[in-house]
Amino acid sequence: MVDVQFRFRNDEAVNDPAVTVDSFGEQSNASAVRIEPGDDARKLLPFLGRLKLIEVNFPAWTDGRGYSSARVLREAGFEGELRAVGDVVIDMLSHLRRCGIDSFAPDHALNEADAKAAFDRWENVYQAAADGRDAIWRKRHG
Amino acid sequence: MKILTGNDLKSGAVVWWDGSEWSKYVNSAEDVGDNGDAIIAREEGARRVFSAYVIDGERDANGVRPAHIKERIRALGPTVRPDLTLKPGDPDAGNWVI
Amino acid sequence: MYKYDQYDQQMVDTRVAEFRDQVRRRLGGQLTEEQFRPLRLQNGLYLQLHAYMLRVAVPYGTLNSAQMTALGDIADKYDRGYGHFTTRQNIQYNWIKLEETPDILADLAAIEMHAIQTSGNCIRNISSDQFAGAAADEVVDPRPYAELLRQWSSFHPEFLVLPRKFKFAVIASETDRAAMKLHDIGIKMVKNAAGEVGAQFYVGGGMGRTPMIAPMIREFVPLDQLITYAEACLRVYNRYGRRDNKYKARIKILVHELGKEEYTRQVEEEFAHLLGQDIEPPIAELERIKTHFTDPAFEVGAPDDLDLTDPDFRLWVERNCHTHKQPGYSVATVSLKPVGGIPGDASADQIRLMAQLAKDYSLDELRVTHAQNIVFPHVRKADLYTVWKALDEAELSTANLDTVGDIIACPGLDYCSLANARSIPLAQKISQAFGSAEKQSELGELKLKISGCINACGHHHAGHIGVLGVDRKGVENYQLLLGGSEGADTSLGQITGRGFDEDGVVEAIETATQVYLSNKQGEERFLDTYRRIGMAPFKEAIYG
Repeated sequence: MVDVQFRFRNDEAVNDPAVTVDSFGEQSNASAVRIEPGDDARKLLPFLGRLKLIEVNFPAWTDGRGYSSARVLREAGFEGELRAVGDVVIDMLSHLRRCGIDSFAPDHALNEADAKAAFDRWENVYQAAADGRDAIWRKRHG
Repeated sequence: MKILTGNDLKSGAVVWWDGSEWSKYVNSAEDVGDNGDAIIAREEGARRVFSAYVIDGERDANGVRPAHIKERIRALGPTVRPDLTLKPGDPDAGNWVI
Repeated sequence: MYKYDQYDQQMVDTRVAEFRDQVRRRLGGQLTEEQFRPLRLQNGLYLQLHAYMLRVAVPYGTLNSAQMTALGDIADKYDRGYGHFTTRQNIQYNWIKLEETPDILADLAAIEMHAIQTSGNCIRNISSDQFAGAAADEVVDPRPYAELLRQWSSFHPEFLVLPRKFKFAVIASETDRAAMKLHDIGIKMVKNAAGEVGAQFYVGGGMGRTPMIAPMIREFVPLDQLITYAEACLRVYNRYGRRDNKYKARIKILVHELGKEEYTRQVEEEFAHLLGQDIEPPIAELERIKTHFTDPAFEVGAPDDLDLTDPDFRLWVERNCHTHKQPGYSVATVSLKPVGGIPGDASADQIRLMAQLAKDYSLDELRVTHAQNIVFPHVRKADLYTVWKALDEAELSTANLDTVGDIIACPGLDYCSLANARSIPLAQKISQAFGSAEKQSELGELKLKISGCINACGHHHAGHIGVLGVDRKGVENYQLLLGGSEGADTSLGQITGRGFDEDGVVEAIETATQVYLSNKQGEERFLDTYRRIGMAPFKEAIYG
């Protein structure tokens, strides 16, 4: 099991083992699930209430389906931990945050200073997304 | 012969392995035999070059001639801007690539 | 034209800092080339045949003179004294050093320019009609909508690693000057029966190895839902576009495989969901942007007469100038296609001269066209002769717009690491063979487009005559296509048959033009004649 390197939540860390989306339906007790790039995140929507952790796997960071999965889950009201796992790279950290990811367990630990710079990089953003930040257009018009 | 080429990491310039270092001139290229992969691993690891690979070539009366036209254009420069090639004084240099 | 506020400026400044940091990590060994490559591409930095190449965005093709001057200065300071204007209305520099790239980006940021998302699998620079704001036939100026989309697509967190690159074009005229239907998303601004402005969406067009014309999926998207609708189109693509094969990863393949109806259904479903997510900028934001695109201070009552006694000037006016919506003004196009020249190239001095002329005579504005030319959008007719004279002295007065000499050509194997054959030497040969004023006038409108590989950056599918360079066992070979078009009557060219060597394809083009001239009826263009008589007579004459 890979360690969580960054976490932006105040509740207790969830360490329940994550099951696959396919096996999730049968394991009604599971409280953690892992979404692969090809999985339809919307299959989980009926069960969000009992899920504490959803891992979004990035086997390669250049496959961006996980960004949509994360936003779809947040838009549906998921408030549990949304964790990026796999090939998580420094340069995408702030964009993952914007899509609603709030914990990070990269396969290879990231340089702390570079990661901090990346999280803090964008003081303003052009779009509304899943992180509740005000887009620039909202700041312009109140 | 097998020759090794790549690009200088900082400038992007096309370079050729001359047996001990990287040269801008294809005529300096040495036959690397089966050692290409080992040299690539070492030189890319040291961040001197990137995008390095081994190509076929032959040595003729004029020097080293890469087998494929793309590599000959890399070795010379753009045929439509003779002034920006490695042989700006030679108006016929472009014929060598064909 | 659009002027950055503190936020826009901060965004490009932040990007400069981010890229400077990425370059530091690359040179310091924290990033391998494999890790760095997608990052540098998202900043327009390629590795081409001879060096790094930097592609700078010219949003919807619009520039002011200070920006144009700076582009010339960058060519001198960091490159080898020239720049190359591209079919995506951008400019490329061919001899860039990695170490200097952050400084170039800083220079660009100082004049409100950038290289953000000019490459990579993300939403690219948004292109538009080069005559926007000047054209007599436009419903509205399309650029405010393009700017709204530019901001939305810049660093969009969900869409930075799409299956493949993604190109938008926005137009607002019946005459399509931006090849709108050959984009991943083409948007045509229209008015509905009630007179309200909205966006018509065409999705899934493109060239490349599987050329497709985009079908219309929505007749009218209201302005207060434009961003939400675009977001829905992109989300369906990001989730379901193919990632197993890069040649099948463009949205055109998804739309084709699902079928237009099913893709549209999915988009509408996602759209209905996203409408509840409060992601649409308020109309006030569009209004704010629009205030940057109000008409410049046209002189009222400027005279409409032109002294055309100089025959060379007369030819240039007839070929290269278009009707302006404002009486007394004209839209003048500077051809970057001198006979025997390199299509789209301009020296640093030429770039600065065009900047100065725009400042003095075109209300400070220039445009880059997808045909690799430069436009002065607002020239008083009274100043046209002075402008032409200055262009003539700088070898920029070629009168060949939309004729056989006005060739679109990709950089080809002289510069591009993907190319299979050279495009530029062929373009030079063709323009020398057909570029005389007599020949051009005899052949009339004839759009000739050359790509050096199947990726079709030279738009060969959309040429009345198209040429595709291929590699035949290490030797350059050229296939000929006839009958393509990119405007309102978009069509894809058909291959005539087996390919030719460089001289052979020039001969075949000569033969094709002969077939046209001997079959031409009335005022028919080459394309019209081809459409009427079909491929057979051309094929027979070429291959006999």
